[in-house]
Amino acid sequence: MSLEQRIKDCLGADVVEITEFRGDVCVEIPKSRVIEAMTLLKEKAGFDFLSDVIGVDNMDLYAKAKKAKKKKKDEEEEEPKKEGPPPPRFDVIYLLLSLSRDERVQVKVRVPEDDMDVPSVTGLWKAATWPEREAFDMYGFNFTGHPNLRRLLMWDEFEDHPLRKDYPLEGKGEERHLNYDTV
Amino acid sequence: MNFQAIQGEGWLLTKAEQLINWGRSRSPWPFPYGTACCGIELMCALASGYDMARFGAERVAFTPRQCDVLIEAGTITKKMVPVLKRIYAQMAEPKWVIAVGACACTGGVFRTYSTQQGIGSIIPVDIYIPGCPPRPEGILYALLKLIDKIEADHPLYKNRQKVIEALEANK
Repeated sequence: MSLEQRIKDCLGADVVEITEFRGDVCVEIPKSRVIEAMTLLKEKAGFDFLSDVIGVDNMDLYAKAKKAKKKKKDEEEEEPKKEGPPPPRFDVIYLLLSLSRDERVQVKVRVPEDDMDVPSVTGLWKAATWPEREAFDMYGFNFTGHPNLRRLLMWDEFEDHPLRKDYPLEGKGEERHLNYDTV
Repeated sequence: MNFQAIQGEGWLLTKAEQLINWGRSRSPWPFPYGTACCGIELMCALASGYDMARFGAERVAFTPRQCDVLIEAGTITKKMVPVLKRIYAQMAEPKWVIAVGACACTGGVFRTYSTQQGIGSIIPVDIYIPGCPPRPEGILYALLKLIDKIEADHPLYKNRQKVIEALEANK
């Protein structure tokens, strides 16, 4: 049985979308079912190792897609389609590895901008603590249930989330100041 | 150092300033502050192949209290800025700073939110070395330039005006 099929069987109705590109399987699951689906993947499908947790900001991608759609619309003068809610801006991607079978899978969770809460998987893999801190630092995901959700790379007083696409590359002039008398 | 030796009683005539500069310029003990790949070149310059100790940089001090030259080799992130400031403040006078490599001079290729664009805006820098990273010869050349600078210094009347004002205020 192919890996894709086995994951489909394992997760059942939790699979929103499953794709395969050159041997890499990527499965999307709903945000509300992260813990349940990850527990199934860990205990039933044998993905016992969490390599990394990654954030993605799709802001530019969606803006581009919208623009192209609009251009097309102007040319063909189609009847205006009903605008749905905007697609979720962020992704959280978990990279899982099965050490016994040497198989990998990407698990994708879509996160809308107005609801940045994501269930933390630190209860399943302790290795998730630092990657989740990094994703919080860079994108601002709020991993609920994380034991110590502080910034990992930037300093504690830093206010923005610098890997978001609307954050300028050269920053907003933040500087770090330390008062050694009080530390 | 220019001096005149007088035979017999063992007299030696020179200027106090030259004596001080002679001592300072021949013992510029470095504090290696390697934060990136330039630090590897600095290690190479300190090791036996290039042997920075030939020029008096004999003892690498790993405490800022016992060194004269802060050799800042590598990228300084904005998170590191207060640390660098504090280390410079902990060094005893007289002190000099060499900025090694493009990152320490200007921020280099890292024109981003997280990188300090050159350490010259945080602490006073005496010698800048370009290169990414510079070769050990470059670091040795910078040390020689620094020695020239120390020898041209006037340690006794550098703060002359301040001393005169302080003396007059105490009268």
